[in-house]
Amino acid sequence: MLTFRSYLNLKTDAASLAFFRVAFGLMMFFSIIRFAGNGWIDKFYIAPAFHFTYFGFGWVKPLGIYTYGIFIICALSALMVALGYRYRLGSILFFLSFTYIELMDKTTYLNHYYFISLVSFVMIFLPANAFFSLDAKRNHLIASAIVPRYTVDVLKVLLAIVYFYAGLAKLNTDWLINAMPLKIWLTGNTHLPLIGPWLGKQWVAYAFSYIGAVYDLFIVFLLLNRRTRLFGFVLVVVFHSLTRILFPIGVFPLVMIVSSLIFFSPQFHRRALGVVYSIITFGKKKALPASIVTVNKYFASEGIGYFLAIFIAIQLILPFRYLLYPGELFWTEEGFRFSWRVMLMEKVGYVQFRIVDSKTGATAYINNRDYLTAFQEKQMSFQPDFILEYAHYLHDTFKAKGMADPQVYAESYVALNGRLNAPYINPNVNLAKEHESFAHKTWILPFKDTIGGL
Amino acid sequence: MKRFVLTLSVVAGLLAGCSSSDNNTTSEGTYDRTALMTNWADNIIIPSFEDYQAKANVLNTKAAAFAQNHTQQTLEEVRTAWLDAYKAFQHVGIFDDPKAFELHLIEGSNTYPTDVTGINNNIASGNYNLAQPVQYTREGFPALDYLLYGIGDTDNGLISYYETTPNARQYVADLAAHIKSVADAIVADWNGSYRETFIAGTGTAVSAPINQTVNNFVKNLEKDTRTPKLGIPAGLFSNGVTYADKVEAYYNNNVSRQLLIEALTASKDFFNGKHFGMSANGPGLGAYLDAVNAVREGQNLSAVINAKYDAALAAVNQLNNSFSSQVTADNTKMVNAYNAVQQIVIAEKLDMLQALNISIDYVDGDGD
Repeated sequence: MLTFRSYLNLKTDAASLAFFRVAFGLMMFFSIIRFAGNGWIDKFYIAPAFHFTYFGFGWVKPLGIYTYGIFIICALSALMVALGYRYRLGSILFFLSFTYIELMDKTTYLNHYYFISLVSFVMIFLPANAFFSLDAKRNHLIASAIVPRYTVDVLKVLLAIVYFYAGLAKLNTDWLINAMPLKIWLTGNTHLPLIGPWLGKQWVAYAFSYIGAVYDLFIVFLLLNRRTRLFGFVLVVVFHSLTRILFPIGVFPLVMIVSSLIFFSPQFHRRALGVVYSIITFGKKKALPASIVTVNKYFASEGIGYFLAIFIAIQLILPFRYLLYPGELFWTEEGFRFSWRVMLMEKVGYVQFRIVDSKTGATAYINNRDYLTAFQEKQMSFQPDFILEYAHYLHDTFKAKGMADPQVYAESYVALNGRLNAPYINPNVNLAKEHESFAHKTWILPFKDTIGGL
Repeated sequence: MKRFVLTLSVVAGLLAGCSSSDNNTTSEGTYDRTALMTNWADNIIIPSFEDYQAKANVLNTKAAAFAQNHTQQTLEEVRTAWLDAYKAFQHVGIFDDPKAFELHLIEGSNTYPTDVTGINNNIASGNYNLAQPVQYTREGFPALDYLLYGIGDTDNGLISYYETTPNARQYVADLAAHIKSVADAIVADWNGSYRETFIAGTGTAVSAPINQTVNNFVKNLEKDTRTPKLGIPAGLFSNGVTYADKVEAYYNNNVSRQLLIEALTASKDFFNGKHFGMSANGPGLGAYLDAVNAVREGQNLSAVINAKYDAALAAVNQLNNSFSSQVTADNTKMVNAYNAVQQIVIAEKLDMLQALNISIDYVDGDGD
């Protein structure tokens, strides 16, 4: 019987961790470059007058023109990670800068950004620079050809959580019985060559839904088993390539495909690093340099193992926090984020804000586009925490204009997964008097339908 | 490996089997976006603009004749031409295509209430460039409304005003000529290269003409019909304080209902792909919704939206020809009409755009 303590003392080849470090660092570097190249730094973080913040992180704001500096730090630290140059500093800087960027405006929230924050946080504690790194080259004390096994396994567990929980979240009646939202999304792609004509068919939407759920639930098991690993990886490539073609999901298919290579054997990782080594030495050196077989002392303490175990336990529990809230999760979105609920909803909203002067009764109707970007307005329109934060912003804006204790009311409608639009926010509640908290928001009108499942 | 090949061949066999059995069925869930765009261009948009251009031409001729020779007869003729062109404008205001956008067709033709002081200043100075944004409130149909109906208490008073104010005669002619030149440029653009660009623009990008057209169509109903024609006069944006003087065609004061019905009908016809000036329907948003099986609460979404159009038209038919009189006499009916139009706006913005999967902005989404 393997105790957890003896598990923490198991060792594995350091090449796996080094491979992941190089791949992750390079992907992050190019993602940041792509993000900047799309003009998104200005568009999402500098141009908008107002930003939606996370509860408790209202102090994290874009820094005007200096926001570019955060992105530069982020890109450079990603390179430090890839090269294993001052790795600990690089990984801390990367985690902090990337997470800061994500916290600046929740309009751009994506589960995969959260995934990157989690992975980069965990990587701070891993001896990923023990092998094939500039650090190991400079300082033989930290060089090692073996690392604790848990340091590789923790990355596999993080990936496994993403897939498996995404699969669990698909076990609901909208996904399985109504093939929603794929039924909507696929029909938007019927103009594609070759596969296009199939995508409008109902049975195809059902097939994609079921295949997607089964894939998410079982892919990790295929990747874990040596005999099914290659087949699993082929599925990973096919699946993510298809999602890349069908949906605007940016670099994430690549991130998931490359990350899933961590499941391969250390021999594979050694060969891959060998190829990299041969390329960067212009073919002069074909084999990886031999390293000293010691366990690097700073990183390999058992304490880190226990710490990561607790971290993983939190990750396992957090997605279920929605059970603490009444009402339909898809409707209220209380406990929706940070739970690997990806591609589950096609949800749009419409909100007309009305501001009333408490003294004179004078009323103003708000054109949201005067204060928000098109993307911010879209995201705000169906997420209660956005609506509340924006209502407070309107209150403050009109108060500054001289209105007496402005009352803010929202007339709003939401259409979810192909249901006819329905009223969303209680139009008689003065949102300026409501406050953000982890408690249930009583001013969300009840959902008139039921969605079964997890 | 053997098993893998076997799986592949089974899948391939299944696909082949399905495709052969599917040959005879209609292409469920797909919609020919090129046919849709072609219908929009050839049977709706271009004919609407050509009709508008023809009426703008008549308006231009009649305004020039009136400027030359200001009699009761020429006044009546230019008034008729003004109303005809104003009605035709309600049909083209939906299509904010790139040329119309560039020339500010919508703001320059129909911003009201019109700026009477500004108009009088322009007339006094005789110095204005109608293409400038500052002139939007001093030109177009609302400015002509004032100049043809509001500048004198009686027709005789009005005619004698023009008698003594040559600059005003010139201003009327210039406003009509500007309307005509904008219409000419847009029609020329469509008859030039833009038609091809438009029809080819079936992609899913936000900037693709198909998305732009649908977004403009919804925006027109919300921002150019619902809000100014009903909401503002009915006091919905001013805490119930009604504005009898902020109605469309305030100085004529007998056609606001007619113009609104024209605009709502144009919107409904576009939704249904109805050929301009004909009774035939071609590909349109309603048929597109049917093709993607958009069913809501047991009913086709297209039928739900059509019913909302009918309800809105019925509510508008309850109103007085003059919305100024309506908001003064019985504003409840105005508010009812606003609410009925609002129902269409919400159904189109949420249910229709969701069903058609039309995006508003380009950004990475979530996915796995």
